[in-house]
Amino acid sequence: MSATRLQRRDFLRVSLAAGGGLLIGFRSPASAASSTPAALRPDVFAPNAWVRISTAGAVTVMINKAEMGQGVSTALAMVLAEELDADWKTVGFEFAPAAPEYGDPVYHLQMVGGSTSVKHMYEPLRAAGAMARALLVKAAAAQWGVGEGECSTENGAVVHAASERRANYGDLASAAAQLEAPADVKLKDPAKFKRIGVSTRRLDTPDKSRGVAKFAIDIELPGMLTALVAHPPTFGGRAKSISDAAALAVPGVVKVVDVGSGVAVIAKNFWAAKRGREALKIEWDLGANAALSSERLRAEYRQLSRTPGLVARLDGDGEEALSAGARVLEADFELPYLAHAPMEPLACVVDLRADSMDIWAGSQFQTVDQGAAAAVAGLAPERVRLHTTFLGGGFGRRANPVADYIVEGVQIARHAGAPVKLIWTRDDDMRGGYYRPMWHSRIRGALDSKGELVAWAHTIVGQSFIAGTAFEPFIIKDGIDGTSVEGAVDLPYAIPNVQVELHTTKVGVPTLWWRSVGHSHTAFVVEHFFDELARAAKQDPYEHRRRLLAAHPRQLAVLERAASAAGWGQPLPEGRARGIALHASFSSIVAQVVEASLEGGEVRVHRVVCAVDCGRIVNPDTVVAQLEGAVGFGITSALYSEISLRDGRVEQSNFHDYKMLRMHQMPKVEVHLIASDQPPTGIGEPGVPPVAPALCNALLALTGKPIHRLPIRVEDLGTKGA
Amino acid sequence: MRVACMDLLCAARRSIARVEPSAGQGPEKEHAVSLELDVNGQRVAVDVDPTTPLLWVLREALHLTGTKYGCGAAQCGACTVHLDGQAVRSCVYPVAAAAGKRVTTIEGLASDAKNPLVEAWIEVDVPQCGYCQSGQIMSASVLLAETSKPTDAQIDACMGGNVCRCATYVRIRQAIHRAAELGARREVR
Repeated sequence: MSATRLQRRDFLRVSLAAGGGLLIGFRSPASAASSTPAALRPDVFAPNAWVRISTAGAVTVMINKAEMGQGVSTALAMVLAEELDADWKTVGFEFAPAAPEYGDPVYHLQMVGGSTSVKHMYEPLRAAGAMARALLVKAAAAQWGVGEGECSTENGAVVHAASERRANYGDLASAAAQLEAPADVKLKDPAKFKRIGVSTRRLDTPDKSRGVAKFAIDIELPGMLTALVAHPPTFGGRAKSISDAAALAVPGVVKVVDVGSGVAVIAKNFWAAKRGREALKIEWDLGANAALSSERLRAEYRQLSRTPGLVARLDGDGEEALSAGARVLEADFELPYLAHAPMEPLACVVDLRADSMDIWAGSQFQTVDQGAAAAVAGLAPERVRLHTTFLGGGFGRRANPVADYIVEGVQIARHAGAPVKLIWTRDDDMRGGYYRPMWHSRIRGALDSKGELVAWAHTIVGQSFIAGTAFEPFIIKDGIDGTSVEGAVDLPYAIPNVQVELHTTKVGVPTLWWRSVGHSHTAFVVEHFFDELARAAKQDPYEHRRRLLAAHPRQLAVLERAASAAGWGQPLPEGRARGIALHASFSSIVAQVVEASLEGGEVRVHRVVCAVDCGRIVNPDTVVAQLEGAVGFGITSALYSEISLRDGRVEQSNFHDYKMLRMHQMPKVEVHLIASDQPPTGIGEPGVPPVAPALCNALLALTGKPIHRLPIRVEDLGTKGA
Repeated sequence: MRVACMDLLCAARRSIARVEPSAGQGPEKEHAVSLELDVNGQRVAVDVDPTTPLLWVLREALHLTGTKYGCGAAQCGACTVHLDGQAVRSCVYPVAAAAGKRVTTIEGLASDAKNPLVEAWIEVDVPQCGYCQSGQIMSASVLLAETSKPTDAQIDACMGGNVCRCATYVRIRQAIHRAAELGARREVR
């Protein structure tokens, strides 16, 4: 272990950063919310909140992040196990309870978002593993009467080479538990890593392949009831009058109650609740949003994009530079509201008692959900035990600043008189709001007489889902919501005049972050318009990007890797074309080359080559999997996804009209990883943004027609190739 | 919904105690019928509204939660089980119609520790969020029973009813091919 010595003050810095001083005491705080009784048992070595080692040698890593498919439970366990020198076969994980010591060290909340889990937890978990290792070494050295410096560790054991002695961690656990924590710990030289950087099978795969992994919707409690809610047909509507006689006559229906967000039918099972809900007669007060229409919003946004907004970036001159160009291209881009549509619709189980409450939820937002639930129940947050289950998909929907479905579940529990499981049906999920906002971009680019890109002006119009939440002071600066303009204000290309403006609208449709957040709209606009300009300048889009990225060597390397792996410039079968896109998000950089064609009036995506730089990679196979999945997720929204409103009502309801990519439409995906010794960065989201522009750039190359509205309408591309 | 277990090993036995507390919450209004089902090789009797989709009887009365609710409209395949060896979407299949048929769920399929599909799924590390994977495996199992070495086109045709929002399709395909290999090897043994 050639060491980067971590001084005590450095260690304390790491510790403090880990959220509420959790490592300083070197013991798991026995808070009321803690569900780690093992930590208090004498036969378990629990040197800090993050790891327990039993006398049988089982290593359990506490995962403070939600596992929603991004592989975080394995990756975080790998980070800790690396510094611990654990035998990987003995390593398992457990989801941490909602408790202050498990907060994110940067966000100061227990949550998953912004592709930050490995990025933020990397150092604290390394330190936690190193500290546990140091105590095990100390225990062994004391037993053997040798110096700690003479001992080493490997594969779950302390070794004293000189005397050929060896002790497994399990055998040292009891002794180590009695020792004072060290003043400092040494972290490994990354060159000595044995686990980090090695593709490792996910710890959650066996359970997920046998049907035994528990999601919130799977939780069962004795005497538990099931509730469905009839939500108002418009956002902000309320029940004016309820006729519940027919619902209550349905066998198995126990109670009907107005919980504010809608009318809950509480029953002994799902089917009774569903039949009861169908039998309800409700007169709705439709509220202020009964006239909302996507068509009208489109027109209003378009108009607004022609007026000056708040300036989010200004390099050089704005309007004046445009007018100086020899040729100006202009386009309006329209992107719809999008539903997250996780496969597991929203669900939670609430067991509310007089003085405490247990909640099981696939929460991406534990601190917020716990606090909101406590407020509704009139309990202190520490009286609410929030159990994080596996998430049947998250994509941002299960991290809601207003904790909508959790609050609804607790409201129902107040009336249920028994533990209750709230289930949203697919229709509820599709129509329940909290969508990726609808966006309009007006964008203009000027070329000089030599075809050089000299000016770029981008006006963005859309809602802020940060405004009015507790996050506003951190994310909204000078009236500009950073999540609205990310990916546009950080345009990497060397263009002398760049202007980005924002109009933040207020619309009664609840919106939320959606996998890749602002980048989900800006990357499409920026990278597709770039190709339009390159075509106008008669430039190869790849070469044109290269020339304008000279100041960004990391971006350039990623772009070049994707292009060379994809065989950019080499011939393709008749009727196929390539498109390329590059986008940096969540501190990572992804480039993609898409091969597409039009066949039988449909877009066919044949192959997607990805290159990614996400810093040091913990589990390479997970990075590959995230890119594969991001490609499918991105194609789905580019080809199909739109939530539209008419008369205040959402028009879509299920997978027949909010379509998903299916097996036969999934392209071949190749992923190329850029080796890096930089700190690890995000991977759950960065693969999504380049997909739509790379695909649309391929279609532009194929048909000559740009795509200014998503989802792609094949009829807009003309008949060529169809 | 009341359940009586006809097999000593049946998980449903535990459910009798679980269901009891709710029985005290008012006059018994259920007009349930008694049905006998064959689930994962075990005979169980359930008292249930006969229009209830099989999915909810499996999940709630028999506590077999590996079969998932995704859409309630046979659109996504998360609820796929086998009825006499054929894949059905249990979210729209009335439980009464399952009487007299052999029902197999993911729990039944995975009770064979060496099931080639489960092995292949683990080897290829298919799942991300994992929610749809029971249904994916149940659909793939029917494919392999009918076609021991499926082509990509046969996989496309058979798996089109199963949605994966995480888009793990690349690995599902890979794992089906791998399971075909493992299955062939197993037969030889």
